[in-house]
Amino acid sequence: MYVYQEFDEAFVRERVRQFRGQVEKRVDGALSEDEFRPLRLMNGLYLQLHAYMLRIAIPYGSLDSAKMRQLAFLADKWDKGYGHFTTRQNIQFNWPQLTDVPDMLEALADVGMHSIQTSGNCVRNVTADHFAGAAADELEDPRATAELIRQWSTDHPEFQFLPRKFKIAITGSPNDRAVTRAHDIGIRMIENDAGETGFEIIVGGGLGRSPFEGKVLRDFLPKDHLLPYLEAVLQVYNLAGRRDNKFKARIKILLHEGGLEDFRERTEKAFEEIRARFERPAGEMIDAIAKWFEPPVFNNVQTHAFDKALDANPAFRSFVETNTDEHRNPAYAIVTVSLKPIGGTPGDATAQQMRVMADIAEEFGHDEIRVSHEQNLILPHIRKADLPVVYERLREAGLATANAGLISDIIACPGMDYCTLATARSIPIAQQIATRFDELKLEHEIGPLKIKISGCINACGHHHVGHIGILGLDKAGAESYQITLGGDATETFALGERTGPGFGADEIIPAIETIVSTYLDLRDSEEETFLEAFRRVGMTPFKEKLYPEGKSGEARNAA
Amino acid sequence: MSVIIRDGKFHQDDWMASGGSFHDFDAMPLRPHDFELDHLGIDVPNSIDPNSLSGFVGEVSAIRIPFPSFADGRGFSIARVVRRMGFTGLLRAHGHIICEQYPLAVRAGFDEIEISDELARRQSEALWADALARINVTYLERLQAGMASAAA
Repeated sequence: MYVYQEFDEAFVRERVRQFRGQVEKRVDGALSEDEFRPLRLMNGLYLQLHAYMLRIAIPYGSLDSAKMRQLAFLADKWDKGYGHFTTRQNIQFNWPQLTDVPDMLEALADVGMHSIQTSGNCVRNVTADHFAGAAADELEDPRATAELIRQWSTDHPEFQFLPRKFKIAITGSPNDRAVTRAHDIGIRMIENDAGETGFEIIVGGGLGRSPFEGKVLRDFLPKDHLLPYLEAVLQVYNLAGRRDNKFKARIKILLHEGGLEDFRERTEKAFEEIRARFERPAGEMIDAIAKWFEPPVFNNVQTHAFDKALDANPAFRSFVETNTDEHRNPAYAIVTVSLKPIGGTPGDATAQQMRVMADIAEEFGHDEIRVSHEQNLILPHIRKADLPVVYERLREAGLATANAGLISDIIACPGMDYCTLATARSIPIAQQIATRFDELKLEHEIGPLKIKISGCINACGHHHVGHIGILGLDKAGAESYQITLGGDATETFALGERTGPGFGADEIIPAIETIVSTYLDLRDSEEETFLEAFRRVGMTPFKEKLYPEGKSGEARNAA
Repeated sequence: MSVIIRDGKFHQDDWMASGGSFHDFDAMPLRPHDFELDHLGIDVPNSIDPNSLSGFVGEVSAIRIPFPSFADGRGFSIARVVRRMGFTGLLRAHGHIICEQYPLAVRAGFDEIEISDELARRQSEALWADALARINVTYLERLQAGMASAAA
């Protein structure tokens, strides 16, 4: 994994020093609250419902044991003993004191971490496929490119005060695990007819209050042109993006209003002019960085331990079925460690659990851990022979919930329990769904099903791309939950379709049950997933079961 | 009145004192050399497409770009574009720029910053000098020179 070089170290230390100064300036009045706000935001510090919240970047989702242990240390010393992993490969601490934050940043710098540009109207933490470097289907590890983009976007003089925040994601696999179609810029590594690797550049995707699927701006960008091309896209956006209305300020609105062709023309023109500024082709720089992401030296010795445990322990077998994926090395597996225990808060991990993850990674996992956008942790390189032991260690720490990709593996935003923007609770809904289907013992029979919950229209819980999406709103002082069906965050991307009128807090769990039982009744075999079935039959059968009193929602609203 | 910040120090408006001027870009004749002034400066709106300045960068001696709010970063792009076009004259940022943005402004190509007396009272000369000192640690300039942070 990439290790901070002298320059990175100097840069991060300098930023900590600056932020310490900014906190002091705020206290003595040299900075007004209005002026301090964007500065604290540029260092990932939000003011939330109860306290400040510090959001720390986990670039391209990669951690090692030293970094994970330091996060545990922060959780114990400056928070309440836990941290919250987010949908953008960040970790958030919800209870720091303003005056402690410079010390927290210093502690992060000690392990090559920071919170720079995790908020504010700038280029945010660059996210990547959480199976990068391990997945069997991968063309190339996207993390070297992601690291180059991190360096380029960090403290870029032109793009710190954009019209709005800007998110970039990259994947090196045809199977899109990085949601590239819902980012301001999505980058897919592809191969052209000549066998060269390059990038497909997708722009203008996003969820939020006006969801859009990203559009292909360049179908093949040679690697060497990456930085000037990104700079061109950002420059066109910085100059032309709307600044009169923050809800229309994302690049997706510029594309929607001005059209893809116009945007492409301007970008290509800017690109031609910017190219000369970069002396060295980006491909060479990516190759130089790629040395840091070379695969570990695998231990290919296979033993009987794995097969024996599969036969002897049904719980282990179930865990292997749901929580492991195919590794490029057949002696290995990719392990998803669910942060969705039944009834727990999605994405939360205690300091103790973080230490267990660090220990396992160090002992069995080539010292690598990943954070997924689905708010789980990944051990990307576990030898199958070691899996039974790893499983036991995870189980003892409450980390062996066998539900990856299943109905209780829910993405949920913090919702009204933490967030000032939220209009409804999300975490309790996630907990109730998980608990209910655990009681019904149906989870494994239902199979792959992604539920995503947002507590307001800003859609931090990605509800638009959930197979079942839930959006919590406030209707005349009461929580009301809208349901969408058929959303998909992967390479077969789709935005979910609304079922109809919303459901009250006491109606939403039965409504989800209705949807699931409708699916179980109509699927043509156990192999047909919820998403496949929905694509085959459409909305009607679900609507009929959800709104039995009639075709419209008026009766419900009037009642 | 206003204060000019250049090289980390507060200054008088030397440009204006030496007979310089700023003219509204929209009111400029289409061919700038028809405008017979030695010390010609132009005020460009930050809503401009900077490409439309291409005929002017070799003719005018100064360009002033407004920052109506420190959160409106269009001026940073305009500055970089006109420098890329080869403008070598005086480039001035004008308006609500805070000292924390000073390194960005200089890196984007600005020579100086014009702020209000009120802002200059809240943010002292020492704070601006301190902000400027940070400029030696930057990623982009290294990348432009081909130096990714990568050496093993």
